[in-house]
Amino acid sequence: MSTIQPRAAAAPVSPQSLADRLDAINEFDREPVTPDRLQGPGSFIGLYAGEHLAGTEFVIGPLFVAHGVAAADLVLGLLVGNLLAVLSWAFITAPIATRTRLNLYWHLRKITGPNLLFVYNIVNALMFCFLAGSMISVAATAVGLPLGLAMPKLNDVYPNSVGWVLVVFLVGTTVTALAILGFEKIAAAGQVASPWMFMVFVAAAVAVLPRLGVTSVGDFWRVASERIWTGAPAHGVAKFSFWHIMFFAWFCNMAMHIGMADMTVLRYAKRWQYGFLSGCGMYLGHFVAWIASGVLCAAALGDVAPGPIAYLGAGVTGAATVVIASWTTANPTLYRAGMALQTISPNWKRWKVTLAAGAVTTAAAIFPALMMRLLDFVALYGLILMPMGAVIFADFWLLPKLGLRQRYAEWKSLLFSWPAALTWVMTLVACWAINAMWGLEIFFLGLPGWFIATVLYVGLSAIQQPARLQPARAEA
Amino acid sequence: MRTLLKLISFAGLGLTVIPSFLVFAGRIAWGTHAALMLVGMVLWFASAPFWMLGHRSHPTTPPAP
Repeated sequence: MSTIQPRAAAAPVSPQSLADRLDAINEFDREPVTPDRLQGPGSFIGLYAGEHLAGTEFVIGPLFVAHGVAAADLVLGLLVGNLLAVLSWAFITAPIATRTRLNLYWHLRKITGPNLLFVYNIVNALMFCFLAGSMISVAATAVGLPLGLAMPKLNDVYPNSVGWVLVVFLVGTTVTALAILGFEKIAAAGQVASPWMFMVFVAAAVAVLPRLGVTSVGDFWRVASERIWTGAPAHGVAKFSFWHIMFFAWFCNMAMHIGMADMTVLRYAKRWQYGFLSGCGMYLGHFVAWIASGVLCAAALGDVAPGPIAYLGAGVTGAATVVIASWTTANPTLYRAGMALQTISPNWKRWKVTLAAGAVTTAAAIFPALMMRLLDFVALYGLILMPMGAVIFADFWLLPKLGLRQRYAEWKSLLFSWPAALTWVMTLVACWAINAMWGLEIFFLGLPGWFIATVLYVGLSAIQQPARLQPARAEA
Repeated sequence: MRTLLKLISFAGLGLTVIPSFLVFAGRIAWGTHAALMLVGMVLWFASAPFWMLGHRSHPTTPPAP
């Protein structure tokens, strides 16, 4: 167990150093959360339930249908995978978050040093841009409905019309403008929309069931197996099994749980057991909503564009839901990207940085592949950020047991932790090698990758701190 | 006032979800369900922000990268 230490003496850096620039952006968020600011379980139930009901849910459910998963594999895979995700939040993220009470940024800074954190922030920002870009694509499929826009197809990579480019540009500009004008109001709108959005998912799916031949509750499983999750993939896409669904459900938020990004949220929890409350988000958003959007996809005869399928189930309200769900996710994401990118040039005004992030995001959104390959992108996003979560885990629990010093970069006032950097790079190279040599798909790489990262960081830290390891061995 | 706003919000949620079950049961047409959902959406967004935002404390504002 670790205790919260006062900050070590700052590195001897100039006023314009990278460390100062990073610190200036998080100036008011560097101290551990004080006891009077801790939150009860209600806040976390609302937060998790809202956070996992987003525009992406309209894409993921249909993509499962397109990948030809069987009904039993889907249900069992989601039940088990979501349970594993909840356990990851509860047993990996929450215990460290409630002991350190620091956000990811400040905790990681103590381990990696500010310069490596800078790199991590930039990578994170790019990931956020692409994630927000997929949201803009999703919203464009709803905005384009009244314009009669030709929707992108499952295997489309490039834009299929000038109209698509123009609508994406319009949506991207609006999202960026709203992010510049006021992130907090949009985030608040997202909180308000969540309960209603969940009802829309359920209602839209229930309303189209008769079109699929479900006229009583008893018909559902037969129709689900024969007409929705048939086990036959669409042309040109790989077939998904129980394992694909389980690992995807577990790792689609890998950056948040074993990647430790949700330390930022759970540091406010009164007890580590609040990590279990992530189940509210998992089983409402990543179970009910994914099943509901899969039903809509089947009713739309395999169409996967979110706007048309939501309209099919709920009319104008469905299309509005797609837009609201996408915008309320894209805006905070864009804001986070802007914050991370501001470390490059802190003298820029926030609006300029957000504008730059919005431009990257909108450019990415023009390519429908970002939306149609969302499952791969989400898996890649988590995989790229995961090694740093393993570094935090190893630093917190394993290094003290081996007699090694935690937060070594902070203790030695290092600007760059080479064990953390090498762990990050070597883990990703190892995952790539596993994929290339044994053909293990990206959805499964997070599990071996986490163990590789943990072992690597412990080993490299032992090389970095040999003088500390020897007395510990002698004592043993 | 707060109670009234909550009642309007819950009526909005009811109009969003209940008609779909009536479509499923064959009691109303899909068009009626879509129209009622639209009314439900208007009721929800016209009332919920006034009672939800005032009393909700959020653990993360603003989010850290």
